[in-house]
Amino acid sequence: MTSVTDHFAPPRLSLRLLAVWRRNFLVWRKLALPSIVGNLADPVIYMLGLGYGLGMLVPEVEGVSYIAFLAGGTLAYSTMNAATFEALYSGFSRMHTQKTWEAIMNAPVSLDDIVAAELLWAASKACLAGIAILAVIAAFGFAASPLALAAIPVIFLTGLCFAALGLIMTALAPSYDFFMYYFTLVITPMTLLSGVFFPQGQLPDAVRTVAECLPLSHAVALVRPLLLGELPPQAGLHLAVLAGIAVAAFWLALGLTRRRLLK
Amino acid sequence: MSPLEITGLVKRFGEGAEAREVVRGLDLSLAPGECFALLGPNGAGKTTTLRCALGLTAATAGSIRLCGLPVPERARDARARVGVVPQLDSLDPDFTCAENLLVFAGYFGLHEREVRPRIPELLAFAGLEGKENARIQSLSGGMKRRLTLARALVNRPELLILDEPTTGLDPQARHLIWERLRRLTAEGTTILLTTHFMDEAERLANRLAIMDAGRILAQGSPREVIAAHIEPQVVEIFGEWQGEGAAAWAAAHAHALCQRCEVSGETAFCYTTDAAPLLAHLAHQPGLRSLHRPANLEDVFLKLTGRDLRD
Ligand SMILES: Nc1ncnc2c1ncn2[C@@H]1O[C@H](COP(=O)(O)OP(=O)(O)OP(=O)(O)O)[C@@H](O)[C@H]1O
Ligand SMILES: [Mg+2]
Repeated sequence: MTSVTDHFAPPRLSLRLLAVWRRNFLVWRKLALPSIVGNLADPVIYMLGLGYGLGMLVPEVEGVSYIAFLAGGTLAYSTMNAATFEALYSGFSRMHTQKTWEAIMNAPVSLDDIVAAELLWAASKACLAGIAILAVIAAFGFAASPLALAAIPVIFLTGLCFAALGLIMTALAPSYDFFMYYFTLVITPMTLLSGVFFPQGQLPDAVRTVAECLPLSHAVALVRPLLLGELPPQAGLHLAVLAGIAVAAFWLALGLTRRRLLK
Repeated sequence: MSPLEITGLVKRFGEGAEAREVVRGLDLSLAPGECFALLGPNGAGKTTTLRCALGLTAATAGSIRLCGLPVPERARDARARVGVVPQLDSLDPDFTCAENLLVFAGYFGLHEREVRPRIPELLAFAGLEGKENARIQSLSGGMKRRLTLARALVNRPELLILDEPTTGLDPQARHLIWERLRRLTAEGTTILLTTHFMDEAERLANRLAIMDAGRILAQGSPREVIAAHIEPQVVEIFGEWQGEGAAAWAAAHAHALCQRCEVSGETAFCYTTDAAPLLAHLAHQPGLRSLHRPANLEDVFLKLTGRDLRD
């Protein structure tokens, strides 16, 4: 009766997932300030350090100051990192180490609800971190236009996309060590290739073609113009790709998690 | 309506050559309000049976009704009426005792305002008065187990399922849990528990089943099971006999003096309906010592599941 097709059947969700989301929110609330500062410090230091330091050498990138260029990329990649960390380390801790998910499944909550709640929560947390970074960026004057507010739903969607990808890793991970590979082989190269620190035009053509398909490239292509007060070209395409990856990756993550926990 | 009805349950893990049948045709039917104990050695399939019953893993074959609802189809709705104490504690280490109860109640769709007033009562039931704000890390193993029991009661379950509720607890904590479980049965809650402890089953259960290797080997009230499966009297014999041990004595004499004799190490267990001739014989064997007692569940358990270690 348990076949592969059962595990990969479409998600069946209920509103109980909100109770699971709320659980994670309540834990976060206890340590909200250190959590936000933790998510904030690293990208802001990089942005200011590289922005003002390298900015001395690089007068202008794509018609704006280097730090203004860097601001949009920073917001996008730090959202990716926050969502990924939450889905990987915190998710694995709740799934495997603390057996939180198993406890919840004894209540009238399905595994589908739990995994969906983890997805939404990781995206929410990434979004909260992103809003804090956006506030810092605005305080330094690099998000002057009201259009910058439109970056908030975009970073939530970016959070969903990377949380879903992260949950695939969590479903497959034998231990925390496994996540190092994901960071080294996927997240770090993606950060370097997606136009966060320099325009993708600098890449060799072949690399560029591939790099432009990376999910972070789509997030950067949306966030950067919005912070600069411009409407992103091909916004529909970028949004659709992020949403498509989020849905497909969530489905796969759910199937793998069902296979792992419901056998 | 039976709170839990299982027929022909089969559960297989793995595929092809690696396949292992862990539950092999199990039937079980709980009567409302009873306390039922599932006894079995390590690896017998107790936890797997419970996971199937709750719809947390798909059965390979068989049918399950939990609180009258078919599992797995309506398992989620059925679980709303069931409380579970899992084998391993899974309390939320990020929360205090009170928060653990409140958050868990949320999974049942219960609102904080309904649950908060009941928290002192739930904690008191678990012998954790005043521990509202205690952190989980600060609790002893026994306290965690009792908090898990309180957590399983947040939804006022009709059926309470406990997987080895007292394993690893000290006698004080075990007695408290037994007393609370009796109180719950008196209030009409049906209880299904698994245990390795015969005294626990004998004390608490109206009915029990002994399972091993995925099958139920005996089922009934503790008395019925003892009466049906074993001779009523036991004489345990150990010590020295003609320069050797009780095993040598058993090989020479046991068959004539009792219905059945099992030797384990240097002790002979003689099972009989009438111990008088055996005791008279032993009176003339000064090197041998003996203990005469009524047969109990442990004797049945060992007879049915063997004396070998499991893992
Ligand atoms: N998810 C699983 N995959 C493969 N084998 C499993 C799985 N869960 C349990 N088993 C195997 O099934 C058998 C029965 O396990 P189960 O946990 O049901 O036993 P139990 O009666 O609860 O034992 P214990 O008293 O040790 O808790 C064991 O041999 C165990 O290794
Ligand atoms: Mg078990």
